[in-house]
This record gives sequence, C-alpha cells and structure tokens, in this order.
Amino acid sequence: MNPKRKQRLYLILGLVALAAIAVGLTLYSLSSNINLFFSPAQIASGEAPVDRQIRAGGMVKAGSVKRDSESLDVSFMVTDYESDLEVRYSGILPDLFREGQGVVVVGELNGNGLLRADQVLAKHDENYMPPEVAEALKGKMPTETIAK
Amino acid sequence: MLDKIIPEIGHFALILALLMAVLQATVPMAGAMTRRPLWMAFARPMASGQFLFLLLAYFCLTASFLIDDFSVAYVANNSNSMLPWYYKFSAVWGSHEGSVLLWSLLMGGWGFAVSRFSSQLPHDMLARVLGVMGWVSVGFILFILMTSNPFERLLPDVPQDGADLNPLLQDFGLIIHPPMLYMGYVGFSVVFAFAIAALIGGRLDAAWTRWARPWTNIAWAFLTVGIALGSWWAYYELGWGGWWFWDPVENASLLPWLAGTALMHSLAVTEKRGSFKSWTVLLAIITFSLSLLGTFLVRSGVLTSVHAFANDPARGTFILVLLGLTVGISLLIFALRAPRVSHMVGFNWLSRDSLLLANNILLVIMTVTVLLGTVYPLLLDSLGLGKISVGPPYFNTLFVPLTVLLCIVMGLGPVARWKRMPGRELFRRLVWAGLAALILAAVLPLIYGGEWNLWVSLGLAAALWLTLSLVRDLFDKLRNASSLGAGLRRLTPAYWGMFMGHMGLAVTIVGVTVVSHYNIERNVRLAPGDSVEVAGYTFTMQDLRERRGPNFIADTATIAVSHDGEHAFTMHPEKRLYLARGMPMTDVALRPGLLRDLYVAMGEDLGDGAWALRIQYKPFVRWLWLGGLLMALGGILAVVDRRYRRVRSTAIQAHSEQKEVRA
Repeated sequence: MNPKRKQRLYLILGLVALAAIAVGLTLYSLSSNINLFFSPAQIASGEAPVDRQIRAGGMVKAGSVKRDSESLDVSFMVTDYESDLEVRYSGILPDLFREGQGVVVVGELNGNGLLRADQVLAKHDENYMPPEVAEALKGKMPTETIAK
Repeated sequence: MLDKIIPEIGHFALILALLMAVLQATVPMAGAMTRRPLWMAFARPMASGQFLFLLLAYFCLTASFLIDDFSVAYVANNSNSMLPWYYKFSAVWGSHEGSVLLWSLLMGGWGFAVSRFSSQLPHDMLARVLGVMGWVSVGFILFILMTSNPFERLLPDVPQDGADLNPLLQDFGLIIHPPMLYMGYVGFSVVFAFAIAALIGGRLDAAWTRWARPWTNIAWAFLTVGIALGSWWAYYELGWGGWWFWDPVENASLLPWLAGTALMHSLAVTEKRGSFKSWTVLLAIITFSLSLLGTFLVRSGVLTSVHAFANDPARGTFILVLLGLTVGISLLIFALRAPRVSHMVGFNWLSRDSLLLANNILLVIMTVTVLLGTVYPLLLDSLGLGKISVGPPYFNTLFVPLTVLLCIVMGLGPVARWKRMPGRELFRRLVWAGLAALILAAVLPLIYGGEWNLWVSLGLAAALWLTLSLVRDLFDKLRNASSLGAGLRRLTPAYWGMFMGHMGLAVTIVGVTVVSHYNIERNVRLAPGDSVEVAGYTFTMQDLRERRGPNFIADTATIAVSHDGEHAFTMHPEKRLYLARGMPMTDVALRPGLLRDLYVAMGEDLGDGAWALRIQYKPFVRWLWLGGLLMALGGILAVVDRRYRRVRSTAIQAHSEQKEVRA
C-alpha cells in the first residue's frame, strides 16, 4: 500500500471508530433516559411501568394539597377528570403551582399507584398549558373550566 | 394627533421594508447573473433603506409601549401602566410578535453593516451576498406581516390597562439576553449569504475566507454571550439555582453555537491551506439552518418552556416552511455547485489540519447528539408514537466524554504545525504539560473536596491540559524571540483570540465540574429566630416583612449569615406577587463571589410564620459565565487582526488582476 492510501485508510478507520463510539453511546443513553408521558387515566388502567422514571400530568385537584407541618413533605392529587393520581413530593413547589392548574410531575410509580415525584413542573406563564397536559385533558375537562 | 397613528406608521414602515427587501433580494442577484453594474448597485441602498424602515417600525412599537397605547393588542398583552419605563422598553421583545420584529431589525442591521464595511468586495460578490440576505429578510418580514403583526389594534374596546409583562421577564437579564442571542442567530446569516454567494459565483478563495471570517467570529461571539446570559438569567431568576437544564430551548441555542464553532475552525483551515472548502460552505449552511431551527423550536409552541407563548399553529407552519425552503434550496445549490469550489490539499495524519478535522468531527457529533435528543421526542410525538422526553442524563453521558476528547485535541492543535507535525516533536513539547495536568487533576480533588472523585479529576485534567499546553506554546513562541517585547509584538491578535477562546473553555469546564460535584443544596423550614447551617455558613432568619414595589407586593425575609462565628452580612430573599397578573415570583438573594455563590430563595409560606427556604452553596459557579465571556472576547479579538484590514487592498488587487486577465 502506498503511503497516501495508507494515510487515507487510517483516516477512514478513525472516522468509523469515532462514529461507532458515538452511535453506541447515543443508543445506550437514549435507551436508559427516555421518560414516557402518562395521564392519570392511563396510570389507573395499569399502562405505566412501575419503578421506572415516567412523566405524568394533569390538573392539581382542588383541596387535595396537604403539607406536612414539620417537614417539607407534600402530597396532592393530579386529575384528568377521569382518574386521580396521588403524588408525594419533598421539597419546594414551583411558584406557579396552584390547585386547579396544570402540572407535569417526573418520578417513579410504586406498586400502590402512588407517584414519588423528583420534580414538579408548573408552567412559566399562566395562559400557557403544557401540550402533554392539554392533550391528556382533551374532551375530559368540565365545561366551566374551559370557559374560564 | 400624530401619536394616535404611531402603530399605523410602524405597520406601513414594515411594508415598505418588505418591498425594499424584495428589491434587494431580486435585482442585484439578477444583475450579478447578467453582469449589469446598475442592477448590482441596487444592493447597498436597498439594504440601508430596509434597515431604516425596520428601525422606524421598531421605534413605533417602542413608542407605543412607552406611551401606554393599550389599543395595540401586543402592548395590552405585555405591558401595564405601572411597569417601570425600562421594562416597557424591553417588553418590546418580551413576547412573540415583538421578538420577531427585533429579529428582522437585527437582520436588517447585519445587512446594513455588510453593505457599509464590505465596500471593497467585488461588486458581484456583494450583490449576491446582500441578495441572499434580502431573501432571508423577505421571509421574516412576511412572517411578521402575515402571522404576527405587533401593530394589531384592539378597537373599539380598548382595555383600561395592560395585562403586564410576564414577571419572569421583568429583569435586567431579559433586557440584554434576547438581543445578544438574536445578534448571534441572525449574524450567522452573513456567513450563510457569503457561502451561497460563493457557490453561485463559483469563487471560493483565500480572500473569500478573509471576508467571511470576521463576520462569523462576531456572530459567534454574540451567540456565546447570549447563551451565557441566558444561563445566568435562569440561574438567578427561576429560583432554583440551576444553570443549564438541557431544556430544548437551551439546546436550540447550543446547536448553532456548536456548528458555528466548527465553522470558525474549518474557515481557518480553508484560509490557511485552501482545503475543506466544500465542508466549510456546508457548515455555513448548517449553522444558519440550525439558527432557523432554533427559532422554529422556540417560537412555534411545540415546546414547553418560558419561551413558548400560547400560540396559533399558523406561525409554526410558516417557520417550518421557511426552514424547509432555506435548507432545501441551499442544499440544492450546494449539491449543484460544490464540486466547482472544492480543492484537494494533502496533509499528514498528524498535523494541525488533521487535528482541526478531528475538532470538526467531534463538534459535529456533539451537534448531532444534541439535535437527536432535542428533536427525537418531537418527531415521535408528531408521528403519534407516544409522548416522551429525553432527560439530562442522556446529554451528560454523551457530552462529557465528547468534551474530554475535544479538549485532548484542542491541547495538541495550537502547538502542531500545518500539513505535517512529527509526533516526536509534539510529544517532546507537550509531555510536561500533559503530566502536570494529570498529576494536578488527581491531587486537587483531594485537597479541595477531601476525597478523590474520578469525574472531577477528569474535568480538571481537561481544563488543565488546555491551559498548560497553551501556556507552553506561548512560552515556546516567546523563548525564540530576541527579547520578550519583540516576542510579544510578533504575536498577532488572531493568536491572542485563539488563546482567550481556548482559555475561556477551560474556565467554563472548571466551573461546570466544580459546581456540579460540590454544590450543596438544603431545603429547610425556617421561622423568624430559627437558624440553619449550610457549608460552614450559618443562616438565621431575623425578620419577615411585607413590602410594596412599583407593581408587586412582596414578603421579604432578612437572613443574617455568619461564617466561623462572625456576623458577616444579611441577605434579603423575596416572594413577590405581581398584581396585574396575580402571578407569584421568587426573587433570589445572592451573595456572589469568584470562588463561591451563596444562594437563598424563598419557597412557600408554610403557615405559622414559617417559610420553606432553598439555601445553596455554589462553588465556582461564576466561572461558567466568566469562561463564556472570555470565549466571546477571544472571538472579537481575532477579528481585529491586521490581515482582515489588509484584505481591502489585496482584494482590489486580486480583482483588478482578474479584470486584466479577462481583458
């Protein structure tokens, strides 16, 4: 093999190796880091996996937010007006977290249908609804809430 | 009287700007094709005129904000009579319509700048460059006029008062973050236009790269500052102390930055060695396309974020079509014309050329990984295959190793020579830098954190390797000079630009590494009189009070902080309630420092006078943004290099020589 060809061969081998590493890493980390979104109704019917990180969303049920008086533990119900999902969280809720408004929670379901949230996301703008939540609520929202 | 019709004047100015952009897009292009100097000469006045009328439209919108004209829907939705004037001024770009107007204005501004500062460009080149920019302007001004007119009126039912600007955006960070970011996004249109013009004209030589490089660097510097500001803003404004979330909107700005970084380096190879030509042109197209993609992602409402406004789908469709047309047409031109400008130049597998090639490959892989993680969920969703999100661990597992690889190459690159670098010499010059970096990186976590941590060592090793190899290179350059002064004089601004840019990355890496691993966060329940210790600092809540601001009421806590038993200072975190929207907001109390930030945010009222507080100790967090600023400074510094000013004379020479040949 002449030197020029050899050089090109090295280059191509290098490129292929880099690309292979990149693809491998990408697939590996994609497969372990995808969070699927489920509505409370889907969770109630057992569609969501247990002990794996998922996202869930809906409206915070009015009157369901309970704060522990000693610690920062809090529990509340997320509803899509079909089923309710109990969420437990420890920490500070976002500013725009309010009863009767849309939230997305990220966390793991345990066997009893209770979701331990690592993260609670509320929207940044009160006119704005996370698209997932809007979809999950489509056709289920009581009319007076829509009128609002 | 005149103040009643300000919005109409603005609207009209916008239409005139569109017409001028259409002329700028068509006549000079046709002139360049048919070699008519008069037609080509249309480019510059049209660019100026377009900018002038965009400026007028923009002033009209600003004026509507400043005089509280709530009959304008956009003003009514985003301002309020109680809003301080400087936020009225920045509220112009606080929401969708105005920010697209700002975008178009900056687009016009870049076009104007090109027409001013490239007076020595060959006429056909200038005509084509401005022509391409004209097309982009046409797209965006049409977008404003058809889907997002900021001058729309609410008549006859004029609201009494406005709905107020989103409180998250009532902040200094917002005043400067979007214009900087947009300057970057839009600035890449210049090098894009240069690339397309070179493809059409079939001329891509060293002179071309010297014209294109300064524009790329400046746009890149703006984008860097814009991203750093966005991260800084999120850090103190969102109230939980994160500085990068791998949020799709952040990714949208990172994508053109990564591609733009690759482009800057590939332009260097094209200028010095005349190789990588097609690749450079392709990167220019990709970079600007990614800027457009970023705009689409952010503005179309497909993403959940602070940047996504409640939106109508026509806008998303319009930008998507615009994006499709830009990418499609430019790639078509590339496919048809690229073979004409390509040129093979050989180089050894160990040389600056090959190291820059590796840099480009790595940056492109990074771009692709970020793109994949950002777009994949959207693709699945639009195909109806389920709603997923890709979490930060995905990005971290990929980005960290790729950055380390990139740093290894970056340490070698500046030392290596073009075309061929003997491996033995490279080893001899850098072996000490490498060893020192490894040893220091292994020891420093022990001293700083008390125990060894692989990831910290890895990050520090990368940063130290970058720094030490640069210092070694500088030392070698100065050692060979007759005196220190002579050596320093011989170093060009371009060299210092590279030096600063690479150092900036090292500084950012140190910041990222340390703050990610040694960050201390405690969420606590505090009532007046209670205290808590975090990272050696004692935080005592002394007082809790209500306070009234211009357009909000706030609960303010007074927190006394003491260190080693000495009372040091007090901090005042606030929870504000903005009255117009009834929207609560956390106002963080920060004690910044070069080596650590103290961060106190009020969470929620727990009753009985107690509040949930988020207290954080963030070591080296400032280094993140400091590094960003250094990088941007490097980008600017490289532009002042004398050879870009010399371009003019050589360009004229080259041009006149060409004429002679033709004659």
